[in-house]
Amino acid sequence: MSQQNQPEMLSGGAMLVRALHDEGVEYVYGYPGGAVLHIYDALFQQNDVKHVLVRHEQAATHMADAYARASGKAGVVLVTSGPGATNAVTGIATAYMDSIPMVVICGQVMSHLIGDDAFQETDMMGISRPIVKHNMSVRNPAEIPMMVKKAFYIAQSGRPGPVVLDIPKDMTIPSQKFPYDYPKDIKLRSYNPNAKGHPGQIKKALQTLLAAKKPVLYSGGGVILGRASDELTELARRLNLPVTNTLMGLGAYPASDPQFIGMLGMHGSFEANQVMHNADVIFAVGARFDDRVTNATKKFCPNATIIHIDIDPASISKTINAHIPIVGLVKPVLQEMLSQLDKLQGKAEGKLDQVALANWWNQINQWREVHGGRYQQRAELLMPQAVIEAVHRHTKGDAYVTSDVGQHQMFAAQYYKFDKPNRWINSGGLGTMGFGLPAAMGVKLHYPDAEVVCVTGEGSIQMNIQELSTCKQYGLGVKIINLNNGYLGMVKQWQDMNYDSRYSSSYMDSLPDFVKLAEAYGHVGIRVTTPEELEPALERAFALKDRLVFLDIHIDPKEHVYPMQVPGGAMNEMFLSKTERT
Amino acid sequence: MRHIIAVLLENESGALARVVGLFAQRGYNIDSLTVAATEDPTLSRLTLVTRGDDQVIEQITKQLHKLIEVVKLVDLSDNAHIERELMMVKVKASGDQREEVKRCADIFRAQIIDVSPTTYTIQVVGTSDKLEAFIQALCNTQILEVVRTGVSGISRGERSLAL
Repeated sequence: MSQQNQPEMLSGGAMLVRALHDEGVEYVYGYPGGAVLHIYDALFQQNDVKHVLVRHEQAATHMADAYARASGKAGVVLVTSGPGATNAVTGIATAYMDSIPMVVICGQVMSHLIGDDAFQETDMMGISRPIVKHNMSVRNPAEIPMMVKKAFYIAQSGRPGPVVLDIPKDMTIPSQKFPYDYPKDIKLRSYNPNAKGHPGQIKKALQTLLAAKKPVLYSGGGVILGRASDELTELARRLNLPVTNTLMGLGAYPASDPQFIGMLGMHGSFEANQVMHNADVIFAVGARFDDRVTNATKKFCPNATIIHIDIDPASISKTINAHIPIVGLVKPVLQEMLSQLDKLQGKAEGKLDQVALANWWNQINQWREVHGGRYQQRAELLMPQAVIEAVHRHTKGDAYVTSDVGQHQMFAAQYYKFDKPNRWINSGGLGTMGFGLPAAMGVKLHYPDAEVVCVTGEGSIQMNIQELSTCKQYGLGVKIINLNNGYLGMVKQWQDMNYDSRYSSSYMDSLPDFVKLAEAYGHVGIRVTTPEELEPALERAFALKDRLVFLDIHIDPKEHVYPMQVPGGAMNEMFLSKTERT
Repeated sequence: MRHIIAVLLENESGALARVVGLFAQRGYNIDSLTVAATEDPTLSRLTLVTRGDDQVIEQITKQLHKLIEVVKLVDLSDNAHIERELMMVKVKASGDQREEVKRCADIFRAQIIDVSPTTYTIQVVGTSDKLEAFIQALCNTQILEVVRTGVSGISRGERSLAL
């Protein structure tokens, strides 16, 4: 054998870094510590894989997560054992709940110390088990390339999710070298994620949709993850379907299109929830009938035949029984539907019930008039909805918008009209406060020329405010829209509605001066307290292209998010304002 | 409804913990659980007895399928199957009791596998119902200890759970 054909000899740490590079990874987000020092040294000795040093491991996971949400590729996190790993737990759970591909590399104490309660030891395999798609512990350094391949394969295929790779320190010792070879593909006998959908079921679904008199298309995060927006849009247009998106699915269908009826569910639009409740056929695509969508399952959409496409069979008929289940990746299933539809062109069975659909749209347009996203303008006070609408104008509706969790998140979802997929980045399933800023950072790092806006509140932003320092170090010019009402707004809203306005621990005293705080971290801070100040402030903020601008915007502290479904009710039972309910 | 689910699992460390964790995490019942390696040392076979309505059982099988290390599984209760469980019972046996316990064991085709001057240890193999019945039959005897393996199951006829 010639010298050239001999595999390169690398340490476990160097193999790990090389494998990440071979997997196409550009950035790793993390924080060093004892158990990962060999890996950090291997990172130092190359330039292909760049490391981003956060200020808290939770932020590293959200950066990786948001990168994945924007790009579709798995984000990579590197943390040390013990507290490094446990600090990553919230971020792993966040990704798990929203099916986001992520590879989390956790250091571990030396193999011979495992189980001895060694310094910075924690059973990360045990801790992460319920919140990962899979986890693996390295037992033999020679297997590192294969395990990295396996981790990415599992994280990114089928229903995506986070994978934890636990690496004891002695697996990465620099002096112990092994032949390096990165596998091209991997096959697992116990895992076959590529279902295309049963053609017979697809045909049945199409026939049901063609015969429908009151159909609705309800699509979720699966369409974003499955990159199937184009197919979804085409099918919706050809079948003349009203389209509603879940919180996770916003942007899959253009919000400015006349067939879009808004988000559905707890804070969904009046028309979307009415359409769902009254539909005769619900076409659910990559959505999971989450409790924040269905309201009381027993009263859910009593007259509907339910077609459900999902890659995860466990999502089908979990909470709501599906009459026509289709297990498959949404993209090939929708493509098959479109091609079956082509074949029916010009034939009688390919015709829609135009009269029924016209009546249905007539009814929908009447529902649109009932609430229509209205909100009250109060003199001298900035309304949060108006702020989001202004941000939409200033960014021409084309920004990546990340959010934290609470009222501001719902206002952003309702009022920033997303026309493109992968632009709305929020923690839907877990509802993680502290997500927004690191998420914006993860997106900005990869799309430096794009406008990245973090919509947050004074409660959420303080959960990861330390990352303003990371932003300075890496020059991440995100725009922070801090909707400051002095209260944990969503908690307050529930206390107003259910606890006679007893604000138990929802008022936050002693808030920092956010403008000075931003300046202390080396950024620009702007305070906005009156409606007149908003426009010039936004103008100035978005003109400062490469700077982080922290807009501390004081809003009406009394505002609630509406519509809001009546707890325990049907989909169409809603509060429309503080004084109106259906 | 009681269901017996047989699972072929990669014989890897942590795989069993994932199965058990799934049941705990999602609030499913486990009546019994047995596990051991198969003739192929890379595979373990697990028999799980659980209870739930059809919807719950469907979720259980789907969620089990999602575990990366689960290779194949079957709900044995869907078709004709055989189930067996082994039980060892240690009872007080002295004087007249010794004969009576032995007769009872014979009726159940159980075997006395250990004897001391004051005790018998009896082995019974059968369905869970038979084991329960045996314990009932020993009602006049002082039971010192009971240990059961949990159910193992296999399909009847040519149907088999294999790769």
